[in-house]
Amino acid sequence: MLLDKDRIFTNLYGRHDWRLEEAKKRGAWNSTRELMQFGPEWICDQIKASGLRGRGGAGFPTGLKWTFMPKVVKDRPHYLVVNADESEPGTCKDRDIMRHDPHLLIEGCLIASFAMRANKCYIYLRGEYIFERETLEKAVAEAYQAGLVGKNACGSGFDFDIYIHHGAGAYICGEETALLESLEGKKGQPRLKPPFPANAGLYGCPTTVNNVESIAVAPTILRRGAGWFAGFGRPNNTGTKVFCISGHVERPCNIEEEMSIPLKTLIEEHCGGVRGGWGNLKAIIPGGSSVPMIPKDICDTVLMDFDALRDVKSGLGTAAVIVMDKSTDLIRAIARLAYFYKHESCGQCTPCREGTGWMWRVLERMVKGESETSEIDTLLDVASQVEGHTICALGDAAAWPIQGLIRHFRQEIEDRITNYRQGRPHVQGVTLTAAE
Amino acid sequence: MSHRRFHHPEHHEPFAFTKESEETIAWWEKKYPAERRASTVIPALWITQKQNNGWLSEPALRAVADRLGMTYIRVYEIATFYTMFNMEPVGKYHFQVCGTTPCMLRGAERLKEFCERKIGPKGHVSGGGKFSWVEVECLGACVNAPMIQINDYYYEDLSVEALENIIDDFAAGKEPAPGPYVKRQTSAPEGPPTSLTDEALYDGSKAKPLASIPNAPKPPEPAQT
Repeated sequence: MLLDKDRIFTNLYGRHDWRLEEAKKRGAWNSTRELMQFGPEWICDQIKASGLRGRGGAGFPTGLKWTFMPKVVKDRPHYLVVNADESEPGTCKDRDIMRHDPHLLIEGCLIASFAMRANKCYIYLRGEYIFERETLEKAVAEAYQAGLVGKNACGSGFDFDIYIHHGAGAYICGEETALLESLEGKKGQPRLKPPFPANAGLYGCPTTVNNVESIAVAPTILRRGAGWFAGFGRPNNTGTKVFCISGHVERPCNIEEEMSIPLKTLIEEHCGGVRGGWGNLKAIIPGGSSVPMIPKDICDTVLMDFDALRDVKSGLGTAAVIVMDKSTDLIRAIARLAYFYKHESCGQCTPCREGTGWMWRVLERMVKGESETSEIDTLLDVASQVEGHTICALGDAAAWPIQGLIRHFRQEIEDRITNYRQGRPHVQGVTLTAAE
Repeated sequence: MSHRRFHHPEHHEPFAFTKESEETIAWWEKKYPAERRASTVIPALWITQKQNNGWLSEPALRAVADRLGMTYIRVYEIATFYTMFNMEPVGKYHFQVCGTTPCMLRGAERLKEFCERKIGPKGHVSGGGKFSWVEVECLGACVNAPMIQINDYYYEDLSVEALENIIDDFAAGKEPAPGPYVKRQTSAPEGPPTSLTDEALYDGSKAKPLASIPNAPKPPEPAQT
């Protein structure tokens, strides 16, 4: 369990003022100039040594990503783009960072940009986060006023401009190249890679796209030392992490905890446990809607980190824990996610554009049981045809929840089909309402 | 994919930017390199939608395209791609009910049924132009589920009763406050806090200059930028 003194986001819930003066009291912008004096390589080395892995879902080592940028600025400017297009169902951590601790994020942008020799930074917020955008704009204005960003930022001799940009309701813009397309004023359709953004990103210039949380933790890591951060969690899965726990728990919440915390501890300590007790648990989606669900017997012991969840064929993703108790109609829950992916597919690649709709329609029939048992295998087959055959990971993300459902709860789908055929059709909503 | 087209006859009313909209667009434009004005298109469309009572008509789209030096088709495709741009008129209070799984697990369907009863069918404007509602995909406030975005802000942890009060308040000309509708602070757990209770975090001791920087190189090199 993480102690309060080791929490990075000390105003996660907004109990205190987000403004500059109060944020400074909590340690933001403390000795930023001194942290910058050792140069970009030192910063990258520290972030590498801390073991920080990207907090946006893929878990790519952040320090390593920063070193992919060209070492000298030639004819094209460098950009840092912060991905605040938080739309993964279950995830709402960046929102709290932006509305309650915006100065940690802005300071992180300065340090990360300095480490990548980027004089300009864009923060791309999802369009719906209007309150968060207003807060962030005010915080940026404060930082300019205080000389923390702008010309000669923090007195370091480094010129740095930071801008807030927003989207307009497209999940796909959370994919880094789609985000860049959107920022350039186009439809958010992912680009083929290579070239990778570090070579040709925003406006064709070297660009790095990082998640809000990855950037916002950087200054504190430098201040307290890479070893401090690396001291939490298991090797290769280090640090602290903001978890979002939603669904059927007594008290859903966001909470910063150490990595590799047992899933059960996380839920029991901070959320008052599963509704109706741990025994009432059916399944958990541990990392946002895109990762496969895990049934209760795995939840009993699994640790919340990248490797442990990968080993049980799921993933940490964005660490958004969606808890589903025994009253849940899992087929229906996944069918709703399938609809989400159908709705959010950008339509560029055929397997995803057609496959997501097809999978959703089949699942909707399976919810009622109005299907053939053999269609379960067809559905699995289609899911695997979509997976890995698209430009971006949305195809994979649409396939995985369905694969997870069939892997662990195939019996449930088969039972429903059998019941339907025996004239006992499943009535939609009955199980859900019964639980309330 | 979501299918969105413009078809309403009201699309033919002329549109011109107000001075305020024009100034806001100009403010946004300064954020991007001069030769990259197209980057302003999403904020500009949003400002336009605000001015045009919450939706985008075809002449409004053309006004944005002309303003930013973009071809019409580029602006049309953006307006139809991004779901926050309404292609049809909406109510003065536009309810976007999140229906994705985390909200569904906590009762979004009852909110949808209630909206249907109280406001009318999805996408239908009622109450003399006052109300409309749609179902949207995850709005990113999942620990405060179920929730609804009403115009700009999030109304969270809703029950049918709370939603009924909110609608009644709007109908009576009041402005109910956004945020959680159960006793909790933003995304913190209800009841006693499980974290961030240590007063030493907030007494200013964290603002003292660092005695030394961890892992500082020895001997320290001069700053290089």
